[in-house]
Amino acid sequence: MTSHAKPTEAGPVLHVPVPHESAHLHVSGEATYTDDVAELSGTLHAALGLSSKAHAKVTRLDLEPVRAAPGVVGVFTAKDLPGRNDCGPVVQDDPILADGLVQFVGQPLFVVVATSHLLARKAARLAIVEYQDLPAVLTVQDAFEKGLAVIPPMRMVRGDAASALAKAPHLLEGEFVNGGQEHFYLEGQVATAALEENGGVWVHCSTQHPTEMQHHVAHALNVPSNQVHVECRRMGGGFGGKESQSGLFACVAALCAWKLKAPVKLRADRDDDFLITGKRHDFWTTFKLGYDESGRVLGAEATLVSKAGFSADLSGPVMSRALCHFDSGYALNDVRLTGFCAKTNTQSNTAFRGFGGPQGALAMEVAIDTIARRLGVDALDVRYRNLYGDQTGRFTPYGQEVPGDVLPRLLRQLEERSGYRARRAAIVTFNQGSAYLKKGLALTPVKFGISFNATHFNQAGALVHVYTDGSVLVNHGGTEMGQGLFTKVAQVVAHELGVPLAWVRSTATDTSKVANTSATAASSGSDLNGKAAQAAARAVRDRLVEFLAKREGVGAEVIRFEGGLVHVGPKALPFREVVGAAYHARVQLWSDGYYATPKIHWNRETLQGRPFFYFAYGAAVSEVLIDTLTGETRLLRADLLHEAGRSLNPAIDLGQIEGAFVQGVGWLTSEELVWNSASGKLLTHSPSTYKIPTANDCPLELNVALFDDANPEDTIHRSKAVGEPPFLLAFSAFLAIRDAVAATGPARCAPKLDAPATPEAVLRALAALRLMPR
Amino acid sequence: MSEPIRFIFRGRRQELRGVSVQRTVLEWLREDARQTGTKEGCAEGDCGACTVVLAELPGLHTAPTTLAGTRGAQLSVRTVNACIALLPTLDGKALFTVEDLKALAGGGLHPVQQAMVEHHGSQCGFCTPGFVMSLFGVYQTNAQAPSRQALADALAGNLCRCTGYRPILDAGQAMFAPAKVDWDTAGLRAQLEALVRSDTFLYEHDGQRFWAPKSADALAEVFDAHPRARLLAGSTDVGLWVTKKLEALGDVVWVGGVGELKRVERSAERLTIGAAVALEDAYAALTALVPQLREYWLRFASPPIRHAGTLVGNVANGSPIGDSAPVLMALGAELALRKGSRRRTLRLDEFYVGYMKNRLEPGEWIEALSVPLPSPAWRFVAFKWSKRFDSDISAVAAGLAVKVEQGVVAEARLAFGGLAATVRRAAHAEAALVGQPWQEGAVRAAMAALTQDFNPLSDLRASDAARREVAANFLLKLWLQTRDQAPLSPAALSVWAART
Ligand code: FES
Ligand code: FES
Repeated sequence: MTSHAKPTEAGPVLHVPVPHESAHLHVSGEATYTDDVAELSGTLHAALGLSSKAHAKVTRLDLEPVRAAPGVVGVFTAKDLPGRNDCGPVVQDDPILADGLVQFVGQPLFVVVATSHLLARKAARLAIVEYQDLPAVLTVQDAFEKGLAVIPPMRMVRGDAASALAKAPHLLEGEFVNGGQEHFYLEGQVATAALEENGGVWVHCSTQHPTEMQHHVAHALNVPSNQVHVECRRMGGGFGGKESQSGLFACVAALCAWKLKAPVKLRADRDDDFLITGKRHDFWTTFKLGYDESGRVLGAEATLVSKAGFSADLSGPVMSRALCHFDSGYALNDVRLTGFCAKTNTQSNTAFRGFGGPQGALAMEVAIDTIARRLGVDALDVRYRNLYGDQTGRFTPYGQEVPGDVLPRLLRQLEERSGYRARRAAIVTFNQGSAYLKKGLALTPVKFGISFNATHFNQAGALVHVYTDGSVLVNHGGTEMGQGLFTKVAQVVAHELGVPLAWVRSTATDTSKVANTSATAASSGSDLNGKAAQAAARAVRDRLVEFLAKREGVGAEVIRFEGGLVHVGPKALPFREVVGAAYHARVQLWSDGYYATPKIHWNRETLQGRPFFYFAYGAAVSEVLIDTLTGETRLLRADLLHEAGRSLNPAIDLGQIEGAFVQGVGWLTSEELVWNSASGKLLTHSPSTYKIPTANDCPLELNVALFDDANPEDTIHRSKAVGEPPFLLAFSAFLAIRDAVAATGPARCAPKLDAPATPEAVLRALAALRLMPR
Repeated sequence: MSEPIRFIFRGRRQELRGVSVQRTVLEWLREDARQTGTKEGCAEGDCGACTVVLAELPGLHTAPTTLAGTRGAQLSVRTVNACIALLPTLDGKALFTVEDLKALAGGGLHPVQQAMVEHHGSQCGFCTPGFVMSLFGVYQTNAQAPSRQALADALAGNLCRCTGYRPILDAGQAMFAPAKVDWDTAGLRAQLEALVRSDTFLYEHDGQRFWAPKSADALAEVFDAHPRARLLAGSTDVGLWVTKKLEALGDVVWVGGVGELKRVERSAERLTIGAAVALEDAYAALTALVPQLREYWLRFASPPIRHAGTLVGNVANGSPIGDSAPVLMALGAELALRKGSRRRTLRLDEFYVGYMKNRLEPGEWIEALSVPLPSPAWRFVAFKWSKRFDSDISAVAAGLAVKVEQGVVAEARLAFGGLAATVRRAAHAEAALVGQPWQEGAVRAAMAALTQDFNPLSDLRASDAARREVAANFLLKLWLQTRDQAPLSPAALSVWAART
């Protein structure tokens, strides 16, 4: 367990569990989110009118009743856009407002602006829309069979899978289906736009990607990027859902402000947010694995089909990452993977914590579990047998080397500290004595590649200002969505300058400060922005050193910055005095900083290269109890062991680990998206029908620890990214449920359990086992 | 000009006129008063981001012990969801939001807030004001830290997508460690007493009227005179007609101002629950009578919803997936109906006539609901089936009771929700049991007979087949738990039992 030294005013600011920089604002209601920003006078409110058809031509769009409604000041459609009607992040197939063709139920058709939020929402319902239905494709299987895809299929090949499969003593053919997941960021999508002088537009938007918002708005309004200024202080959660999908809201708000020359706010009602925005991709994976008596996988073929929805959005990159994570933690030397992004008439699925990685790796973990069950051995032993290593192989299906032995060490440590083997035995006994309730146990590993697959996104910039009173301001391209990025970056800057953390203030992400930023995504926020801010702070510090060395006539090596003091040999000067003097000596006290991740490269055509700077590892053990009469499940205990390198902030990292785990458990148990099979309407479009975990779903016993191991790569203070990887820890809960289900069946049975394991899915799996011969 | 809505806010009396009858407390806070600490996450009472605390003078009713702790004699303090509370229902109360806490603590962070900071209970922070207010509700109604389980139950209506909850539960226990910060109860009482109205409060805006009568007679009279008015209790459902369907409610008659309808009374024969008794109080009283109801109580909505909503409202609403009716039918509940001065009684199992339809006449309303005190011969269980333990809508709900005399089933009341257009009893299954020995054979026959009783739908909550399977298994559980030989404990039959 990592020791948590209490931070003190003058003590170290790195590797200590300081609270989130906004914690005191969160708890007092003083943290300002986009909808809380004081409204400019005359602010108007927009609401979107949505399609009620999954796929249809719009034959009539009568907006007169909308215009005539009380309080309405404007109604706009695609025709009103001065520029391009598109907010697709990769492919231009994502209309801001549908133009004559609707492609899913919930697609925005028009926007109405009124004097209040309520009046706008009321008016939006008054449009008269007539449609001519077109055939709608609603399921991933249907789209795959029809060959409908949003981008061409992808292939990742290493070795010779076909002959490896032919030679393998045993063959497992199977399929696995996982559902999608709604982000359910507590703060819904929201953007406010207002005009600035000389044709400028200012957009305050809850987004993980201000630069992309800037680009979309510029294109939509047909103005250069320098006329668009996008700002975001914080989000009430993002999880990937505000990476590309905030674009529509930013563009529509900007359009309205542009047309009406007034500030306009667009805040989606929760139901509309569910209906409009994309989610985690459902996947349907079919696989063939060859294996031997020991459970060693000898060859693998798989086809991963994702439900992209009506447009490409980020489905391509999500599929790349899914393919890159199909290996989970295992050496697959002869492997052939195909990725197909199926086009369906549903919301356009998008980034969500893990970005396809969980979907790819879970299919493999289910397959490994099945192999173990068929062989009648503990799945953990089959896992050990297949982990990357000198015996098994060190190269991933995409050709990147997996160095070191973190995962086997980590697994063994968790196996021991969680009492896995003894608990396994205890569970067998429990199940023998319990007729209706059954327990299950599983231990699963995590290996997650860190960096954006697309190399060029792996860059970042920052600004550090030191004011003459010694106070410091930092600004960078990353966004704060609760993950603690601003806190970590402030820690890095405080450490570089040797000042107390309280002296460093973080300001809103702003495209007019740092340009051409990447999305805060792929867990890379601290890695990239931390390094960039470090470089900026270092540049200022180096100038101060130079100035002092000259003034004091000493060598640079005797100058140290610590605790708000600058030590020059035996002399300690207050930091503020030093910067004051430096200012008078005309030393530049602010700097930019820039960082580009080294060593990485990626060939998009062959899907080969070194896409990841490094891997982050973890593992979890879950123990569940299931009710065989109702299919209800309960997570009794979870032991998580996860790696954050040399954690910049153990409290924040533990929070990320636990939070990701519980979010992942939600994905795999209670969170079920249901679409009407005839109309294509999403039926689970609010928290009354879509059930994310509550406090009672947090396991009764939750043991979380950091696996302390400095990152061998030169990351920011040898830490590791921690946003996404722990999401995959939740596999253990799902496979523990599968284990409990298996306890009701004949020996060596491998239950067919798809995700999410809702009570009904568990009942189905139990029923199928009852039909099996004993 | 209309009388103003009067309530205590930020330590002072607030008087409001010229605001829509159906403006929600949250809209007023965020848009009118520009107090943006309270958040909107869903506008339907399901996420808790909007949680606020209401303090009011305790009613005439005896205060039962509830999950939120023992209610102080001085003030009733409860969390509610501001997003579906209608502004005129604040009349006579004190409203506390997250922005009040620092002031209560003398300017610095309140112990609740301090504990949340120290235990890293916020990440994105958007859910945090709601959690802080739920924790504040716990803080004000408990002398010391409740168990972890009790805390989790108190937070069942607050969703957090970031933290995974463990740090928030830690904060909830740690917040009792520092010296207690309290508010000026006497001062608050004095302020509230000054707001007490002796007569019906009539608020009017834009032709829409809101009556808050002070006595059952006055309510009967006003509703008889305006039978088309909407009778409103906790607005836990009607609130959604406002925020989601964007409906105009028309005139409203509110039952929540009638002290005598907040009574829970227990005689030698019956437990009687008035029309304005909150779900939380009603379930507390019912569970005191029938302890097997505890798990069901916890699964019914969330604390803020149970604080606002009423048991009678839940029954009157008549949703086929309303959770109270199955249990109450199994307990043999009776309704006391009233129209003007005319009163009649009706058995609950005769009340519903079709989907969201019941036997109430225009101007008639449910004044109270009562259940007979169960005799030891009755064996009773209640089950709910949904995707999540907390605050989920049932796919199947069941209240199951059999009266066993000398080993033979003398009577059976098997009521189910989620299987038909109304909550109703399973006549065939009951017939399969009555007169039979209370043994597995009869139970299996009743399970099979259920297929004749119900033809459920498939929807987003569950398929028809799974609903049938679970309904039948609920009967099996009834038997397993209440059979004469080696009955199973709830712990052997419910994954949730380890919690309570
Ligand atoms: S806003 Fe979600 S419960 Fe009120
Ligand atoms: S801290 Fe983000 S939802 Fe709770």
